[in-house]
Parts: sequence; C-alpha cells; structure tokens
Amino acid sequence: METIDISRLKSGEVNLGTSIMAVQFNDGVVVGADSRTTTGSYIANRVTDKLTHVHDRIYCCRSGSAADTQAIADYVHYYLQLYAQMHGERPPVHTAASVFDKFCYENKDALSAGIIVAGWDKEAGPSVYNIPLGGGLFRQPWAIGGSGSTYVYGYCDATYQEGWGRDETVEFVKNKRRLKSCPSALALAMSRDGSSGGVIRMCVITEDGVERLFVPGNELPKFWEGKEVLGLPLNKKSSDEPVPMAVEA
Amino acid sequence: MTSIGTGYDLSASTYSPDGRIFQVEYANKAVENSGTVIGLRVKDGVVLAVEKIIHSKLLVPEANRRIQTVDKHIGLASSGLLADGRHIANRARDEAASLLSMWRSPPTVQALVDRVGLYVQAYTLYSSVRPFGCSTIIGGVDKTGPALFIIEPSGVSYGFHGAAVGKGRQLAKTELEKLKLSELSTREAVFEIARIIYLVHDDAKEKDFELELSWIGDETGGLHLPVPKDLYDEASRKAKESLENFE
Amino acid sequence: MDHFPTNWGRPRNELYDQYNTFPLHQRPTNHTDTFTDGVQRTQQPIVTGTSVLAIQYKDGVMMAADNLASYGSLARFRDITRLHAVGTSTIVGASGDMSDFQYLQRVLDEIVTDEFTAGDGNSLGPAEVHEFLARRMYARRSKMNPLWNALLVGGIQNGKRFLAFVDLLGTTYSASSLATGYGAHIALPILRQDVDPNPDAITEEAAREILRKCMRVLYYRDARSLDKYQIATVTSAGVSISEAQKLDTNWDFAEKIRGYGSQTQ
Repeated sequence: METIDISRLKSGEVNLGTSIMAVQFNDGVVVGADSRTTTGSYIANRVTDKLTHVHDRIYCCRSGSAADTQAIADYVHYYLQLYAQMHGERPPVHTAASVFDKFCYENKDALSAGIIVAGWDKEAGPSVYNIPLGGGLFRQPWAIGGSGSTYVYGYCDATYQEGWGRDETVEFVKNKRRLKSCPSALALAMSRDGSSGGVIRMCVITEDGVERLFVPGNELPKFWEGKEVLGLPLNKKSSDEPVPMAVEA
Repeated sequence: MTSIGTGYDLSASTYSPDGRIFQVEYANKAVENSGTVIGLRVKDGVVLAVEKIIHSKLLVPEANRRIQTVDKHIGLASSGLLADGRHIANRARDEAASLLSMWRSPPTVQALVDRVGLYVQAYTLYSSVRPFGCSTIIGGVDKTGPALFIIEPSGVSYGFHGAAVGKGRQLAKTELEKLKLSELSTREAVFEIARIIYLVHDDAKEKDFELELSWIGDETGGLHLPVPKDLYDEASRKAKESLENFE
Repeated sequence: MDHFPTNWGRPRNELYDQYNTFPLHQRPTNHTDTFTDGVQRTQQPIVTGTSVLAIQYKDGVMMAADNLASYGSLARFRDITRLHAVGTSTIVGASGDMSDFQYLQRVLDEIVTDEFTAGDGNSLGPAEVHEFLARRMYARRSKMNPLWNALLVGGIQNGKRFLAFVDLLGTTYSASSLATGYGAHIALPILRQDVDPNPDAITEEAAREILRKCMRVLYYRDARSLDKYQIATVTSAGVSISEAQKLDTNWDFAEKIRGYGSQTQ
C-alpha cells in the first residue's frame, strides 16, 4: 500500500538495487556506492562501478535501471562537455544536476532512475543534489539513495554533522573499523539489503582533483549477526541426549 | 564608394575581388549616421544611454525606445535601423530564455552575445537577406560580474569597459578614455554617461533629441531597469550645466 | 458514496490518492482485470507535499505550508519550501507532486520574466496567475497527463484581496479561507469559523495565530506532515515568505493514559 512503485522495471531488466550516497564536507564531497547489479535475485555483476564521471569535478551515483541511468549519464556527459566548450569553464554542479533533472522529469513515464549528483565548483564549492524517481531537484548536505538507503536513514540522521573534514566524511561512508563509534553507512546498508553488496567504491572530489578509494568485500566492517547458530544444542553432552537402554547381561 | 557600379555590392553573398562584403559595410553606414549609443561597464554594474534623435515634434515622448530588456539582468541598446534593433532584441530574448531552460541558471552576457552574434552573422551569408543595419550594445550583470559587448552588423562581438557607437562615437570614446571606469559606481556612471551624450550631441546639425538611460547594478538588485525619474532629471540637469561650462 | 462494498471500511489507496484528490465515487477500484498489465498509467505522484492553508485578513492574504516532501511514507526531504512568490503581489502554495511543482515554478518564473522584459509597465497579479495555472492544469489533464498538484494562489490586486484554488483536474474555486488535501478536511472548518464572518477584523498577528493553530491540528492528525513550516504574507507592501518555524505541541495528557478501556495501571 505505502510502497512506491519501483517495479517499473521491465521484466528481466538489469537493476541497480543499490546503496549509494554522497556527503558534502568543508572542501569537497565524498561519493560512495556498493557494486552489486542484479537481475531478479541473480547477481549479474558483483564488481559494478556505479560512480559515474560526468565532468572533471562532477560525479553521479546511479540507482534504478542500469540501462536507463547509463543512457542518462552519457547524455549528461555530452551536455556538460558542450557547456564547457560554450562557456570556456567547467559547469557548476547545479547545472549538471539540472540537466539530470531535465531528463528524469521530462521522461518520467519511461525511466526508472534515482540519481545523486555531487561535485565541486568555484561558485558553490562542494555540493550534493538528489534527483529521486520521477525527477525533481533537491539540494542536500548529504544524500543516500537506492534500495539499501531505507535501512540507514536513521543511522545517517543520527551520525551526520556539519563541519566534518575529509577523513571523517570518508569514515562515515566506508569505515574499516578504525572508528568503532562511527561504522560505515554503506556497509550497514549492504549488510541488510539483499540487492546491495560486493565492494565499496568511493570518490573524494575536491578543487584539486578526484581520488578513488576502494574497500574489498572481504574487508568490510562486520556488524552484529547473532552469536552462534540458534536452535542447535550448546553442549552435545547434555542430559537430553538419547542414552542407550540398559540391557541386563 | 569607389566600387559603385562594379556589381560586387548587390548581394551579401558576393565578395569584392579584394575580399570585402560591401553589403556589410553599407550596413555599418546605417549605424554611423544614427544617434549615439553608449554603454559603461563600471565597478558594480552597467549603464546604457541613447541619444535618440526626435525627427518629428508630433512624436509621443518616450515612444520608440532604443533600450530594451533581454532578460532580468541583461539590457540591450541599439543604434542604426530601429526595426532591426527590435528584431535583434526579440531574438536575444528567445536566446536568453533558451539558455535558461537548457542550463537552468541565468545566462551569462558572454554566452548570450555569442548566440546573438551567430544569428547576426548568418544574415551576412545569403543573397536573399540583407545584413542588420544596426550595432547592438548588450550589457548586464551576471555571475562573473558586470559585462558589456558590442555586436556589429558583421556578427563580430567584442567586450568593452566603455562602448560607443553611432554618430558621436569618436568624441564619446575620447571622453570614455578619460574615465576610471573600474572605479566608478553605477550611480556615478549615470551622471558621466548623461554628460557625454549631451556633449556629443551636435545642436547645430541635429534636431532635438531624447536621452534614454538604463542601469543594472547593486542599486537595482541586479535587474535591468530604466533610471528612476529623479536620478534621470538630476543627471540631465547636471549634463546641461557641464555643457555650458564646457563651451 | 462508494458503491463498491468491497472498498467499505478499507483504507483508500494511498498510492493513487494520497491527497484525497479523487472524489469518492471516482476512486480507482482495487480489483485487477486481464488488461491490467497492458494499461500504461499516466503517472503517479512520487515526492509529495501535504496540505496548504490560506486565509484572507485585514492587510491581505496569508498562506502556510510545512517543509516536508515525502516519498511514500518516508519523510525524505525536510527542508524544502512549498511556497513560491510570483512577481511582487502573488504567492502560490503547492501540495502534491514536488517535481511537478518545481516545473510550475519554472513556468511561472518564465512568464514573469516575459512580462518584465516586455517593459510595458504591465505586471501579473494573482488573478492572472491563477487563471494561467487553471488553464495549464486543465490542458494537461485533457492530455491524460495531469500535473499532480492542488494549488492555492493568493495575493493583492488593485487593492483587493485574492485567494483561489486550482487542482490537477483544472477545478477552481475561491473563498476567504482555503485549504488543500487533508487540510480541506481538518483545518478548513476551523479556518471558516475564525475567518469567514469578517476577514477585515483579523490583524496580521491574529491571522498568524489562526494558521499556527491549524498547522498544529494537522500535525497531530496528518501522518505526512511536519512540525516545521513557513508562512507567506502578501500585502500592499509586497510578498514575504518567513523563515522556517517550529510548531509547539502538547503531549502532556498522554502520560496518565492507561490501557485502552477500563485498565487503570
């Protein structure tokens, strides 16, 4: 009843049932994503790169249909190159996000795409924009998206603070058990969402450039998963164990 | 013109043997004979002024404006054929709206001028059209700050600190060079520009003229607006006074 | 009256009718048929805003809307504004789909710019803006592709107050107090009681208090609302949209409630 109809995927379509996020900090943004792509419950690609370059200092995180979001990102990439040629300077993040919004809004009946756009420009500095399913442009200091995001809204609300530096922001997204109190939002989402998983890919975008970061799937932070397997007897020598009947000699 | 009768000036699509397009040069003549138009790019904004020659006492005051608004933050003043100027202004409005809808942010003056320049240039390519008989001064304040350009009938455009076209351009440019434009405020520039228009107007040769003034700057909230009446009156009064001292 | 007994007592289908914009008898039925898969839906609201309230008062018109854009039941964006100034004498408040509202903002900004660049001294007032929106909303519903909103348009024109409604079907009406969505059910009766007898007697402070009261009631009873909201006023001095403000709420009486009947401890 309450769920939004994401099942607009055509049957057999490849889905980025995803965990993505972007966080703005003092002098840049961190974008991050898991790497799982599925068709139904089959993992079509376990090492997907959902962080897509659309200009020198602007990336997007894609969720929804892989085909749709790749097509949109390709178009936006083309538009932003055009902008750079026409204006002789890099496009602002707002412009990039607006072009995404244009495509998503004007073709809402045909697309299933939830996109986060983030980057750095000389007018606004770092910025993050969220473009949800049917289009619409929403600026946020941090944004999460994809099916996995619903599991970590509360965690992000409780953890995020303004004024973080680069390292704190990276930890917020990924964390490799360095800060026990601040486990990774993405890893949490990936551990509960069956449609997310694999590795964490991240980009740190600042005025100076884009730095790629990577956390392999076997080095993700571990969270509570229960102590042992429930239901098995703790001690095999317990008194319940069937005892052979005594037979008189 | 020496080439009269050679046949190389009958179409904008024909070069003369020495590589000139006479139709474009004739279009420039239409500009050179028109009332002076000036634009100033100063510290916090842009001011535009027109010496509009009144060719009949029967005309309604303030009719046939030569300064028009292209976008909230961009103004346009044209010299030469009035109707051509209006056509270019309409095209510029469409281009500005198109740039806004494409990139969702107010167009820069440079981007607009590039587009309008392409349009003007297209009218120098075909035998079926004539080039525009007007030079267009486009000024505005965008995210890069104040900006001022001239688009000529050939379609070329240049950026300026101070721009003057029309009959009195030579004298006007001499006056413009004396100003420290990058230190002037928009309000101060209104007085300077009015003074120069009055100065270059040739009472002896010309009929009456009407001064058109518009400005864009901090005081207008970044909007292109006509200079308010009290400031306009003060600027005109001081312009006339300085003229008396000058002579 | 809903004539389909199978719908009686069931919650309405919030996926299609989150803001109760369909009249009861037109609601889509829940049954499916052979052709369901072949029918392409026009669209559905996705990111949505809830009620907008507005009243006329002594100096003009006052409008209120909270700062939430929901995603289904998820309170997804809690810092957006649903009030938009059009020119210098009109305010538009939107409930329903926020991407459609942003589109309308762009369209309205464009016609304001067109009017400005014309430079003929004319400007758009609330009556023109409302008529424009009504025509646009009706044109879109006639193309089977509605803009999924219910809008309030308020302002001042020639010294007279103006307040009117328009929705996704192009339906319009006007009154001295109006509300969209849940507000039309819950807040409007209160607004009418306070405002309708004599809008001229209501000062700005009183108007603000009336709207605050109704926003609080809506916050208590509308599961898609937020306790953070903005108020816009249009007077002869122009349009102003307030900063976001918090609602003060009272839950004290809950403390001594025990059980759901005769339980006492």
